[in-house]
Amino acid sequence: MSETTSTTGAGGGADFDLTQFYQVFFEEAGENLANMETLLLHVDVTSPDDEDLNAIFRCAHSIKGGAATFGFQDVADLTHVMETLLDRLRRHELALHAGMVDVLLESGDTLRGLLGRHQGVTDVVIDASELVARIRAHADGSAAPAAPAAVTPVVTVAPEAVATPAPASAAATIAATTPAAPAAPMPAAAAGGARLLTITVGPLDQPALADNLADLFNEIPGLGTIERLDDGTPDAGGLRRFKVSTTSGDDDLLDLFSFHVAREKVVIAPLQACAPVAAEPAATAPGTVAARPAEPAAAKPAAAPSADDGYGFFVDVEAQKEQVRQQKAAAAQAEAEAEPVVEPPAAPAPTGAPAPAARPARGDKQAAVDSATLRVSVEKVDQLINLVGELVITQAMLAQTGRNLDPIAHQQLMGSLVDLERNTRALQESVMAIRMIPMAVVFNRFPRMLRDLAGKLGKQVELHTIGEATELDKGMVEKITDPLTHLVRNALDHGIELPAERVAKGKPASGSITLAAEHKGGSIAIEVRDDGRGLSREKIYRKAQERGLPVHDQMTDHEVFQLIFEPGFSTADQVTDVSGRGVGMDVVRRNILALGGTVDLDSAEGYGMRVTVRLPLTLAIMDGMSVAVGEETYILPLASVVESIKLDEQYIKSVAGSNRVIEVREEFLPVVALDEVFSVPRFEDQAGGGIMIVIEAEGSRVALLVDELVGQQQVVVKNLEANYRKVPGVSGATILGDGRVALILDVGQLVRRARH
Amino acid sequence: MQTAQLAMNQMAVPSAVKPREYLTFRLGAEEYGIDILKVQEIRGYEQPTRIANAPSFIKGVVNLRGVIVPIVDLRLRFGLGSAEYNSFTVVIILNVGGRVIGVVVDSVSDVLELPPDAVRDAPEMSAVVESSYILGLGTVGDRMLILMDIEQLIMSPEMAIIG
Repeated sequence: MSETTSTTGAGGGADFDLTQFYQVFFEEAGENLANMETLLLHVDVTSPDDEDLNAIFRCAHSIKGGAATFGFQDVADLTHVMETLLDRLRRHELALHAGMVDVLLESGDTLRGLLGRHQGVTDVVIDASELVARIRAHADGSAAPAAPAAVTPVVTVAPEAVATPAPASAAATIAATTPAAPAAPMPAAAAGGARLLTITVGPLDQPALADNLADLFNEIPGLGTIERLDDGTPDAGGLRRFKVSTTSGDDDLLDLFSFHVAREKVVIAPLQACAPVAAEPAATAPGTVAARPAEPAAAKPAAAPSADDGYGFFVDVEAQKEQVRQQKAAAAQAEAEAEPVVEPPAAPAPTGAPAPAARPARGDKQAAVDSATLRVSVEKVDQLINLVGELVITQAMLAQTGRNLDPIAHQQLMGSLVDLERNTRALQESVMAIRMIPMAVVFNRFPRMLRDLAGKLGKQVELHTIGEATELDKGMVEKITDPLTHLVRNALDHGIELPAERVAKGKPASGSITLAAEHKGGSIAIEVRDDGRGLSREKIYRKAQERGLPVHDQMTDHEVFQLIFEPGFSTADQVTDVSGRGVGMDVVRRNILALGGTVDLDSAEGYGMRVTVRLPLTLAIMDGMSVAVGEETYILPLASVVESIKLDEQYIKSVAGSNRVIEVREEFLPVVALDEVFSVPRFEDQAGGGIMIVIEAEGSRVALLVDELVGQQQVVVKNLEANYRKVPGVSGATILGDGRVALILDVGQLVRRARH
Repeated sequence: MQTAQLAMNQMAVPSAVKPREYLTFRLGAEEYGIDILKVQEIRGYEQPTRIANAPSFIKGVVNLRGVIVPIVDLRLRFGLGSAEYNSFTVVIILNVGGRVIGVVVDSVSDVLELPPDAVRDAPEMSAVVESSYILGLGTVGDRMLILMDIEQLIMSPEMAIIG
């Protein structure tokens, strides 16, 4: 879910309220459905592409996953059977045929309906159970592939029936004759095991005769099973319907039936033939509507394998209700008569087979839902951000030019420039906000992870989160997720003790891990705290010595703790020795540094530890301090500037000839003269290094000598490598107010260079 | 190799090859031509921001409408002596290999259409320009153009632009 831009805003509090992500799920599900539909429509039925089948499977799978998470059971159930079918298809256990595509497309429509109801845009209750049964039939391989051939002709008939209100008898003939179409190709499909059929008998003068057919099945062993579908009370224009499961061919059945009723009065149809019939409630001939709505609902469960009797039963009940409803509607329609086009009875498509007429209505609602949020490609947003960046630069250039003008003579221009500046800032903030998503997106994945991990490790832990609403650039969120996951996992794995051990130490049996995020200036600070065993200075020190890392007795605790970030500490066998904490800590630090952030840790042995990750809010804009060296201007990331001091040469001491150090607040710092590092040309009369700036990176500090502090400003970070190569000591470039390029210093590299 | 290829193309389809257009510019006394399709735009020279520890012919980077563009001085690259930057000095902004790069030349002359038969192989010689970057010599009236494969040149490792 992390790849979606959440527009639901910030959810506060420490409880994990999933509702804030509903919207994201609905958006994703909608996308997946659309995707699935496109794929289904383009899939080559005769030789489907494996990749397509996989893609369709993935769509269904993601919807199922999301639906299950958010507790939309009906959606999950439906997608589950779809998944079963698709899984068998992609493993080539079943051959795709058009009937499957149809049923899958139909499922997509039904899912949309179900989702719409959860979303609250429609309150139509949709019963997908018969659809589920049909998909199962497909997945079991018991549904005949011949049916789709029949679909087309019937579908074309239905609109006609809609257009011209057919008299009752005419409609009845449609009902009676159309299912006959699939009967013809049936024998081919009859070869396989038991088939599920709908047998329609009639119209008969004496409908009771049809009941004799049921007796046939009782009398002849091995013929199969029969069930009446209409409960008999309304005689449905002399029609009787049965659900039959049999291994006999159509001709055999007809021969048997002809003992009781004329052959031509019996119509045998496989399950798919019901689908087109479902569209027929749209036929509004008053007399038939009352009779026929029962047919689609009742006929389709006939397709369900006997194992699904529960579903069949359920649908029957639904169908009866539906029948009543339809009758009422028909009565109402009979009154209205005049324009019998498509009335609500058709629209709800209660059988899960949405009539084509139902779509426009749903489409409207869909549009209304989508307008609340807009999914835009990140690329477009980035382009917008770039353009605004340019605007900011242009604005800065204008402002600088404006400063040279006489404010009295150009009063109006000055006023406009001030307005421009304000509007540009506001625009920039708004545009940047588009990319901002709350930390909750990251935090919310941890409860589950910790729960599972704690179960595995036999530990108890409580997770507290603070500041979930804190927003961070989407790109950052994606990149910080992995390091943070690592830290949280470490905290539980190596920090939190087993319950017994904790109780022995006088701590509560259940450990506590706290995730806290807050904005600090232009950066975000994320803390991972635990109340576990903490770090042991002695153990780390000893281990570092064994590993041959540069250690000495005078190291502060802080410096010793930093050692766990060394690559040497990340191999598995040391982890258990050094009270854990080491698995990939170097990787964590490297990733965070790559984001322009810092990572720091603090610990009290026996009481827990705290890892603090500081990150810039965005990679695109940075708070910088511009410094001048000779004729050149460089930008320092403000976050790395500790202090700046007017230089007094006498405090600079040389060490071993070339290296210089300076004493600042009882600490000796290496001196880095920027003009030397960048070999800045100097005129002879110029003396450099009037100002010393203490910069900090990766926990170390150095004193940077520059000529002058120019000012503090927000800079748009530009990539130098787009058209050039990486320059040592430079992390990027920006454009100054006068349109010139200034290089942004890579403080981490400068510090490393001075330290080693 | 490029030269060989070009020669081969000429042999295969002597007259069917469409004449190519070249942008011509001067470096000192010499006149060069580069494929016009590689040229994005031509700008006046502005002082670039120096990049420390870069080769001398990399003058630095400039802001081209928000894009950071490195500037190469071809005179310095070819060892034609230090250039004087005056009002005629221009920067040809090239779009080669997906990168935008500016080259400083003394002046831009014109755009010429050269039919393939006006292009001859350059003789083997110890020129200031490595002969591998020369596509051939073009003749227009009494002018001689050194046709340069600017993309090969810019992307070459010695140029230190790609890293």
